[in-house]
Amino acid sequence: MSTEVKTAEPKESLFSKKNKKLVTDPLSDNNPITIQVLGICSALAITVQVQQAVIMSLAVTFVTFGGNVVISLIRNIIPSRIRIIVQLVIVASLVIIVNEILKAYLPDISEKLSVFVGLIITNCIIMGRLEAFALGNKPWPSFLDGLGNGLGYSWILVVVAVIREILGSGAISFPGIGQIKFLSPEFMASTGYMNNNFIILPPMALVIVGVIIWIQRTRNKSLIESH
Amino acid sequence: MAFDKNSNAFTIGFAIVMVVVVGVLLSGVSLGLKEKQNLNDDIKKKMDILGAVNIQSTRDNAIELFDQYIAEAYVIDAAGRKIDGNALNVDIKKDFRDKSKAETDKQFPMYVCTKDGATYYVVPMVGTGLWGPIWGFVALESDFSSIYGAKFDHKSETPGLGAEIRELEFQKRFFESRGKKKINFGGTKLFEVVKGGAPAEWEYQVDGITGGTITSKGVEEMIIRTFKVYEGHFKTLKQ
Repeated sequence: MSTEVKTAEPKESLFSKKNKKLVTDPLSDNNPITIQVLGICSALAITVQVQQAVIMSLAVTFVTFGGNVVISLIRNIIPSRIRIIVQLVIVASLVIIVNEILKAYLPDISEKLSVFVGLIITNCIIMGRLEAFALGNKPWPSFLDGLGNGLGYSWILVVVAVIREILGSGAISFPGIGQIKFLSPEFMASTGYMNNNFIILPPMALVIVGVIIWIQRTRNKSLIESH
Repeated sequence: MAFDKNSNAFTIGFAIVMVVVVGVLLSGVSLGLKEKQNLNDDIKKKMDILGAVNIQSTRDNAIELFDQYIAEAYVIDAAGRKIDGNALNVDIKKDFRDKSKAETDKQFPMYVCTKDGATYYVVPMVGTGLWGPIWGFVALESDFSSIYGAKFDHKSETPGLGAEIRELEFQKRFFESRGKKKINFGGTKLFEVVKGGAPAEWEYQVDGITGGTITSKGVEEMIIRTFKVYEGHFKTLKQ
């Protein structure tokens, strides 16, 4: 986990180089999933279908930047002895709000995500960013940092889900928004492909994340840890 | 700032204010979305009842199909007598959780479905799985014994194990994949979920889920307990 605590300069422009880096870094060289290896559990569990992964990503991104902004706003008055509890309460409240909204407007997806929405509370990415960044930074950089980390989590989730749904179910569908089938089951079958049930199972998500980590570290050798 | 943010008084004060603010906010959100969530739950219930008589529905057409196929919905008491009440308003999950409520005070909903000229009786049920509540709907044919369809669901069973009761593959074991199963009214055991397969010639047994024994047994307990209540009512219907 990154523990660097930066302090933003007072008269910095909103989209300065440093601020942009807050968003772009977690997308690649400091990705919460592939580099810091946080939030893996949900990445394995809900990447069977793209639509679940997208909704989960939105939920996590909302909680990361929301939590970051709220904590950053009150960072100067949080008593340090109860700061972890305060962070938990803020994160839990945001997660409950997300869960209630999903139940009201996307009941089917809410049912499929089931306990994993509640488990966003325990997602290490969120508490990690609150503790390492939001407690020591102003709201705007904190927002960008939360957004960046949320998006870093999201793109990995969506990529894993796309691979799993195509290979596991033969097609990607978005019920509710309209069925968008990139590869029809008939097309997949005509090429001789059989749906692979193994891809649907959680261990395969781990393998796919592993492959992404492999590709990433092959492209950027500085990411490889030395022992 | 002039105050010491790490003093005991401020820490306690901060905690109190935080809890109050968060509490008010969350109750507001919950109340605001309640109506929409209840509507979703009602639709889901109707979809499950239709599912038990093997009618596939979506959230958009569930209400319409329910009105089309469910001819009658009424409530019976613990002794099997028909009483006044709206079947859809009876919350059997809440009744099941409420240990202080006597069995004789509870109400039991019943849905009568007519489909392609035949009549089916859909019985809702609720029980306990491994981690939390499980529930379901079982439809009987007009001989009041043969299972026409079954639909089960759960709150927090283990995915891949107990959670499989939600899958069609498990539900079909009650009426399709290994013959049509029956409720053994008058027998020593009304119904049984067994380990290691239940061949088609076993009429009152269904194969459980590997690795989901406690959930499977929960399904069995739920079926037996519920049908014991309805047994008397079915007798009066037969006459």
